[in-house]
Amino acid sequence: MTVTYTSSMIMAILPEILLLALGLLVLAVDLALKEEKRRSLGWLTAGGLLAIMAASLMFARPGDPEMVFGGMVRYDWLGFFFKMLFLFAAAITALFMMDHKNLGHRGEAYLLLLASTLGMSLMASAADLVMLYIAIETTSIPLYILAGFMTGDDHSTESGFKYLLFGALTSTVMLYGFSLLYGFTGTTGIYELGAMFSAGQVSLGLAVGLIFLIIVGLGFKVSIVPFHFWAPDVYEGAPTPVAGFLSTASKAAGFAVLMRLFLIAFPDVAASWSLLLAVLSTLTMTLGNLVAMVQKNIKRLLAYSSIAHAGYAMIGLAAVSQLGVASVVFYLAAYILTNLAAFGVVVAVGRETGSDEITAYSGLSRRAPGLALAMMVAFLSLAGMPPFGGFVAKVFVFTAAVKADMVWLAIVGVLNSIIGVYYYLTVLKYVYLYRMENEDEDQHPIPLSRPYTIALVVLSIGILLIGTIFAPWFGFSGAAAVNLF
Amino acid sequence: MTFPILSVIVFTPFVAGMLILLMPGERKTEIRMTALAAAAFALLLSIWVYFSYDVAAAGYQFQEQYSWLPALGIGYHVGVDGLSTPLVLLTGVVMFTGVLISWNIDDRPREFFAFLFILATGVFGVFVALDLFQLFFFYEIAVFPMYLLISIWGWVKTREYAAMKLTLYLFIGSVVALVGGLAMYWAAGAQSFDMLVLEQAGFSEAFQRTWFLPVFIGFAVLGGIFPFHNWSPDGHVAAPTAVSMFHAGVLMKLGAFAALRVGIMLLPEGAKHWAWLIMLLALVNVVYGAFIAMVQTDFKYVIGFSSVSHMGLVMMGFATLTKQGLTGSGVQMFSHGVMTALFFAAVGMVYNQAHTREIPKLGGFAKVMPFTAIGFIIGGLVSMGMPGFSGFVAEFPIFMGVWQVKPWIAILAAISIIITASYIMLVVRRVFFGDMPEEFVGHTHDVTVLDKVALTLLSVLMIGIGIFPALMVPMVQSGVENVLRLLGGA
Repeated sequence: MTVTYTSSMIMAILPEILLLALGLLVLAVDLALKEEKRRSLGWLTAGGLLAIMAASLMFARPGDPEMVFGGMVRYDWLGFFFKMLFLFAAAITALFMMDHKNLGHRGEAYLLLLASTLGMSLMASAADLVMLYIAIETTSIPLYILAGFMTGDDHSTESGFKYLLFGALTSTVMLYGFSLLYGFTGTTGIYELGAMFSAGQVSLGLAVGLIFLIIVGLGFKVSIVPFHFWAPDVYEGAPTPVAGFLSTASKAAGFAVLMRLFLIAFPDVAASWSLLLAVLSTLTMTLGNLVAMVQKNIKRLLAYSSIAHAGYAMIGLAAVSQLGVASVVFYLAAYILTNLAAFGVVVAVGRETGSDEITAYSGLSRRAPGLALAMMVAFLSLAGMPPFGGFVAKVFVFTAAVKADMVWLAIVGVLNSIIGVYYYLTVLKYVYLYRMENEDEDQHPIPLSRPYTIALVVLSIGILLIGTIFAPWFGFSGAAAVNLF
Repeated sequence: MTFPILSVIVFTPFVAGMLILLMPGERKTEIRMTALAAAAFALLLSIWVYFSYDVAAAGYQFQEQYSWLPALGIGYHVGVDGLSTPLVLLTGVVMFTGVLISWNIDDRPREFFAFLFILATGVFGVFVALDLFQLFFFYEIAVFPMYLLISIWGWVKTREYAAMKLTLYLFIGSVVALVGGLAMYWAAGAQSFDMLVLEQAGFSEAFQRTWFLPVFIGFAVLGGIFPFHNWSPDGHVAAPTAVSMFHAGVLMKLGAFAALRVGIMLLPEGAKHWAWLIMLLALVNVVYGAFIAMVQTDFKYVIGFSSVSHMGLVMMGFATLTKQGLTGSGVQMFSHGVMTALFFAAVGMVYNQAHTREIPKLGGFAKVMPFTAIGFIIGGLVSMGMPGFSGFVAEFPIFMGVWQVKPWIAILAAISIIITASYIMLVVRRVFFGDMPEEFVGHTHDVTVLDKVALTLLSVLMIGIGIFPALMVPMVQSGVENVLRLLGGA
C-alpha cells in the first residue's frame, strides 16, 4: 500500500514533531551544560513549549475535521484546543520545576515532562483504539517515573510505585475492553465503531458492557470515584510540580479521550452512559468534597478537590449536548489555570517551609502578600467565586445540566460547591488570619524566584481573564465541541 | 455615546481596590487617601445619578448594553429604575462613611480597603444589573470579600465562626437561586439572560409556582428572612464597624432587592401564589426580631436583631404586592440602610473607647461624645417610625399596604413598633445617659472629625427624607408602577 503524504499530515502532528525536537534539544543541551547551570534548562523547556504553541497557532490551525495517517489521527479543533492547553500546562510546570531541589538540575526531568506532553497531545487527537492506547501509555510512563523521581525520598518512591501499579492495572482492564471491541466488530477505528453501532451491526448491549471496562482506564486518568484511590497518595508523595501537572494536564487528557470515545463510538447508547456518568459524577463530587474537608495536608486537600472537580466537569459530559461538551472544555481550561496556580503556590511555600501541612500556611499573607494573593485567586476560583474562571465554568456546566433536564444533577453540583467553599475558605483562613507560632512573620519572608513570579502572575491574570472576558474562550470550546456532533 | 456613568460607578471601587493592592503596605496614609478619594468620587456620581434620574419618564435609565457572551445570550446590561436609584445612592453613602469610620484601622489597611471596595463593586453591580447572569456574577462578588473582612478584622471571639456561617448561608441561598435562574433561562427559550426579555417570557403558572420559592428565598436569605436570618446578627456583631455598616446597611438590601427583581418581577404568578407564606415569614421576622432585640445585653446584638426586624418589614411590604406596600418597602430599604449604618457606626465609636459592648457596663457617653449620642437618637427615632424622619415615610405605607391585604397581620406587626421603641429608648438611656462608670471617666474622649462628618451625613439624609418625602417617594413609586404592571399583566 502506498501512502501519499499530504501537508495536513504534518500539520496534524506539528506540535508532536516539535515536542520531539525540543526533547532532543533539551537532552543535548543537558549534556553540554555543567551541573550548576542546568537549571536554565527550565527556561529552555518553557520557552520552547511557548514557541511550539505559537508555531502551532500560526501554522497548524485545523480547518474542517480530517482523518490522517490512515485513520489513526483526527485533525480537528477538539484535539488542537487540548494540545494548546497541554503545552501551556507543561510550560508552566517547567517553570515550577526550575527551583525544585530534586528536579531543577536534572535534564531528564524536563525530557520526561516533554515526553508525557507528547503522549497527551496524541491522546487528544487519536482516532483509533491502538493509537489511543499507545498515546495513553506514552503519557503515563514518564509520569510514573516523574512521580517517583526523588529516589532518596520514601514517599516519592511509594508514590511512583503506587501510580504505576494502579495505572498498569486499570489500563489492562481498558485494553481488555478494547480487545473485545475489536473482536466483536473487527475494527479499531473510533469513528468506524460509531458507524457500526449506528447501523445496528453490533448489539448495543455489548456496547454498554464494554463501556464499563473502558471507563476503568479512563476513570483512573481523570480520577473519578471509584478509581480515585491513587490520587491523594500519589499527589502527596510526588514532587509538587509533578503533582500539579498530574492533576491538570493529565486529567484534561483523560477527558479529551472520554469525550471523543463516548460521543463518537457510543452515541447510540448515550442514554445509558449519560446516566452512568451522572451517577459517577455525583459520587465523585460528593466524596471528593467531603473527604477534602478533613485534610490536614495541602497536597492531599488539593488531590481530593481535584477529584471533586473531575466530578463537576463530568456533569457537562453527562448532559450529552454540544453545550455540555463546550462547557466541559471550558471547565477544563479554567481548571488547568486555577489548579496550576494553586500547586504553584504550594511549590513556592513548600520550598521555603519544607512542609505541606496546612498549618505551615499560617501568616502567609504577612510573609509574602503577593503569594497570598495568588493563592486567594486560585482558591476562590476553585471555589467557584466570580470574577474568576471557576465561577463561569461552573455556571456553564450547570446550565448544560439544567438544559438536559438534569436539574437534580445541577442541584447536587451546587450543594457540593458549598462544601467546597467551606474548605477552600478554611485554608485561606490560615493564610490571612492566623499567625506563625512564636515567630515574627517579618523575619521570615518567603522569597520568590523569577520563574515562580512569572508563572503565578501569568496564571492569576489568566484566571481573571477567563472569568471576565469569557466569550473568546467559550468560542474556542464551542468550536471544539462542534467536532463531536 | 453618552458617558457610561453606571459602569463608572460600578468599577470605580474595583479599580481603586486594585490600585490600593499595588501600593506598598506600609504607606498607610496614602492608602487611606486613595480609598477616600475613590469613595467620594463614587458618592458624587451616585448623587448625580439620583438627581438626574427623570422621575416623570420613569423606566430604566442610564442604560448601557454590551454583548458579553453572545453564544448563550449573556449580556452586560445596566440601568436603574425608581427602585434601584435610591439603593445606588445608599451604597455610595455607606461606602463613603464606611471609609471615614475605618480611618484608624491599622492592621493591613491595604487589604482591608481593597476587599471592602471589591465588595462595593459587587453591590453596585447587583443594583444596576439588568441581566440575570450579570446579577449573579456581581452577587457572588459581593459575598466572598465579606468572609475575609469579618474573619481578619472582626471581633476576635466569634469572627471565625460568624464569618464562615455567613458565607455559607449566603452562598447556599445564591446557588439555589442560581439553579432557578438557569431554569428560567431555558424555560423562556429566548436564548437570553436579559431580565427585560425574561419579563416577557410568560412562564407557565406551574413553572412559576415551582421556582418562585427557591429563587425568592434563595435571595431573601441575604435579606435575613426567617428562618434563615440566623447568620445575620452573628455576622453583624463579629464584623468590624465599617463592614457591619456595609453589611446591614447595604448587603441585606441586596438580598431583598434581588428577591424583588428576580423573584417577584420575573415570576409574578409565583409571587401571587406564595405571597401568604412570605407574609407570614416576614411577620415572624418583624415581631420575633424585635422581641429578641429587646432581651439582648450586647449593644451590637440589639442592633443586629433590630435589622432582622426591620428587614422583615421590607419583605412584608413586598408580600402585599400592593402599591403602598411596595413603595414603603422601597423607601424602607433606603431608610433602614442609612439608619443601620449610623447605628453600627455609633456602636463602633462607643466600643472603640469602652472596649465592651455590654449595655449594663456602659453609661454616660453622651457627655464625652455628644455627636454620637445625637446621631444615635436620630437613628432611634427613625427606627421607631417617628413622623418627620425617614422611617415614618417608609413604615406607614407598608402598614397601609398590609392592612389592605390582611388587617390582622398589620395589627400583629404593629406590636413591633412598641417593642422597638422600648429597646431603643432603653439603650439610649443606659448607654448614653446616666452616670458614666468609674473606669471610663478620663479614659474616653470625643470622636474624631471624620466620624462627625459621617454621622452628620447619615443623620441629614434621614431627616431630609423625613421632612421632604417628595425627594424619594415619587421616584420609588415610579419603580413600583413597573412591578405592578408585571404583576397585573401576567
